Amino acid sequence: MHYHAFVIKYAEIGIKGKNRYIFEDALVKQIERVLKNVEGTFNVTKVSGRVYLEAKDYDFDETVAALQTVFGITGICPTVCVSRDGDGKLPDPAGISKKVIEFVDGVYPDKHKTFKVKCRRVDKSYPKDSQEMDRDLGSDILDAFPEMKVDVHNPDILINVEIREQLNIFSEIIPGPGGMPTGSAGKAMLLLSGGIDSPVAGYMVAKRGVEIEAVYFNAPPYTSERAKQKVIDLAGVVAKYTGRVKLHVINFTDIQMYIYEKCPHDELTIIMRRYMMRIAQMLALNTGCSGLVTGESIGQVASQTMESLLCTNAVVDKMPVYRPVIAFDKQDIVDISLKIDAYETSILPYEDCCTIFVAKHPVTKPRIDIIEHHENNLAERIDQMIKTAIDTDEIIEIVK
Amino acid sequence: MEAYLDNSATTKAFDEVIEVVARTMTQDYGNPSSMHHKGVVAENYVKEAQKRIAATLKAEPKEILLTSGGTESDNMAIIGTARAMCRRGKHIITTSIEHPAVLNTCAYLEKEGFEVTYLGVDAQGRVSLKDLEEAIRPDTILVSMMLVNNEIGTMQPVAEAGELIKKINKDIVFHVDAVQGYGKLQINPKKMGIDLMSVSGHKIHGPKGIGFLYIRNGVRIVPINYGGGQQNGLRSGTLNVPGIAGLGLAAEKIYKNLDEETSKMRELRNYFIKEITSRLEDTYINGVTDDESKCAPHIISLSIKGVRAEVVLHALEEKEIYVSSGSACATNNPHVSATLKAIGLDSSLLDSTIRISMSVFTTKEQIDYTIEQLCEIIPMLRRFARR
Repeated sequence: MHYHAFVIKYAEIGIKGKNRYIFEDALVKQIERVLKNVEGTFNVTKVSGRVYLEAKDYDFDETVAALQTVFGITGICPTVCVSRDGDGKLPDPAGISKKVIEFVDGVYPDKHKTFKVKCRRVDKSYPKDSQEMDRDLGSDILDAFPEMKVDVHNPDILINVEIREQLNIFSEIIPGPGGMPTGSAGKAMLLLSGGIDSPVAGYMVAKRGVEIEAVYFNAPPYTSERAKQKVIDLAGVVAKYTGRVKLHVINFTDIQMYIYEKCPHDELTIIMRRYMMRIAQMLALNTGCSGLVTGESIGQVASQTMESLLCTNAVVDKMPVYRPVIAFDKQDIVDISLKIDAYETSILPYEDCCTIFVAKHPVTKPRIDIIEHHENNLAERIDQMIKTAIDTDEIIEIVK
Repeated sequence: MEAYLDNSATTKAFDEVIEVVARTMTQDYGNPSSMHHKGVVAENYVKEAQKRIAATLKAEPKEILLTSGGTESDNMAIIGTARAMCRRGKHIITTSIEHPAVLNTCAYLEKEGFEVTYLGVDAQGRVSLKDLEEAIRPDTILVSMMLVNNEIGTMQPVAEAGELIKKINKDIVFHVDAVQGYGKLQINPKKMGIDLMSVSGHKIHGPKGIGFLYIRNGVRIVPINYGGGQQNGLRSGTLNVPGIAGLGLAAEKIYKNLDEETSKMRELRNYFIKEITSRLEDTYINGVTDDESKCAPHIISLSIKGVRAEVVLHALEEKEIYVSSGSACATNNPHVSATLKAIGLDSSLLDSTIRISMSVFTTKEQIDYTIEQLCEIIPMLRRFARR
């Protein structure tokens, strides 16, 4: 069976009341974006709460794979569509029956299957109602293919017949990634380290329709060009779904060294992270982001105990910090990382700025007053250093 | 100033090499196996290259088997010999500081039922002839030993080993991995008792993806790949004419002024060692420093206490100085260098060792620049050493 159309299903967008068009327009825009890179002629249309995709001269698998990167899509249904005729009329019940039988014959060469017909009559002017249509179409199919059997509870094939602005017949629903279309929410600044957790966190927030900017703290010569390339590649994983990620590369070496010289070694990581959060918030404010995103997860490492999180969180005072994997087990994060193809890159063995100079026994229960007290040791130069770091921000645009 | 000092990883190609590579791709691009004129022209490049290479070894052109490089040559020599000789015996001797191309090939053969003895080395990285003699058994079929170690530059007593092996049993095949030695030392395989010898093109200013295996007349190995029967069936596959022509030219060129060029490198090596060890505290040279007949002229293994090699590497990189940490062939490999462990290097220095390797293009100015930069960078990095 060669399909020429898809019904694109989306879930939550449907509930958005008067703002619904914003979400639907964003969805259409994103579908058009991903299909730009796929060979074929495509036409995306929005008709009374439905998104249709017409496709010509295209590769089915490649198209579906592209659609599966569009947040907001819950289901991709390869569909046979029949338009209304010149008088605006749909086929009569016998005509629909013929189309449905052709559909079943084309899609299922092996007829030893159970089925159920589920009709939705949106156009109430159509002469037969949904229940009648279900019954009549079921009996027509049984007449045409005696090997098939009806099972209304757990059918092998669920044949959907929609009577609306046009006639839609589909039986397969390929799952999409879910979520909300990119561009339907605001923008957030992701702290991207090069590990497993932060790309997953970025993906999860992006999935809610949020555009992502990212910041990476580079520490040459302690970290290498390959470590930076790895982060660029990980930002690319998120960009595959959102279309683009603007990555800020901040040179953090001087600040890190300064902390290393002036503060107790076991507090290095926690103080360092507080400055990363401060800088990330400044960048976020400069770029119109309304939140920070991190890959922190309670108790995973010393710097992510609840006490440590309290300390790092305290320096962010102008926006929320979103931590989508905060209560995830490592394996659950790894599962998502594998699913989005980030894992292989994440585990490349390059040092990042969090692992260099790490103390053998870092504090696990830092006290905020003590940390603040030690940060006073940095008063002389730290503001200037932060300014320099932000002024020398290297911006890398990753566009997919 | 740019100072490329990672010539044991790879070298910049000679201009003449680039020209001949381009010519064999744009004009004389025939397949040497073709019957027509274009084929003959291409074949002549191959013959000419074999002649040029053979001349550097005082060998015959037909003793030069063209391969894709050092790794393939090592694989062919070791697996090819093992398969050819397995009915006579299944014992192989090698050293514990060989390149992975040798060590992992031997490990593969161990799984196939061969037994491998790995000779240890002394603090300078040298194998003892007494150990070798004791390791040889009636069922020994192959000894594989590198000429120059890729990480510390130490030379093995290859000529003496060759003599010893042949004295005990002339049927034992003696393979030498000369990837780091060819183009830096005079080698006469016949006089040194060498039966098989691996060489790589890109370490001598030739192209990557090309190399050769010297196979002494009368030594039989079994091919490890099958196909159109090129090179007497020993290595099937269309000949890499651009690579071969480039390799031949590079070989000829590097041996033209070899003694002059290598004595220049030796001077630079000695100069660098003297300057660095006197100006920077707690720096040590690994391998041989006191006897020029036991070390290659171009490799310096430098341990710098209190800093991590990778950090030094990246700090030098910012100054356009390119060196390697341990052996470049083992990067991304979390295991510490087997060679440095084998010579008994203090564990605190294993991760603090860089390799500087020179070529004919290395200048005194570059070495001076590198010394100056190291003297500036190291004290700074030591201030921030990991506590």
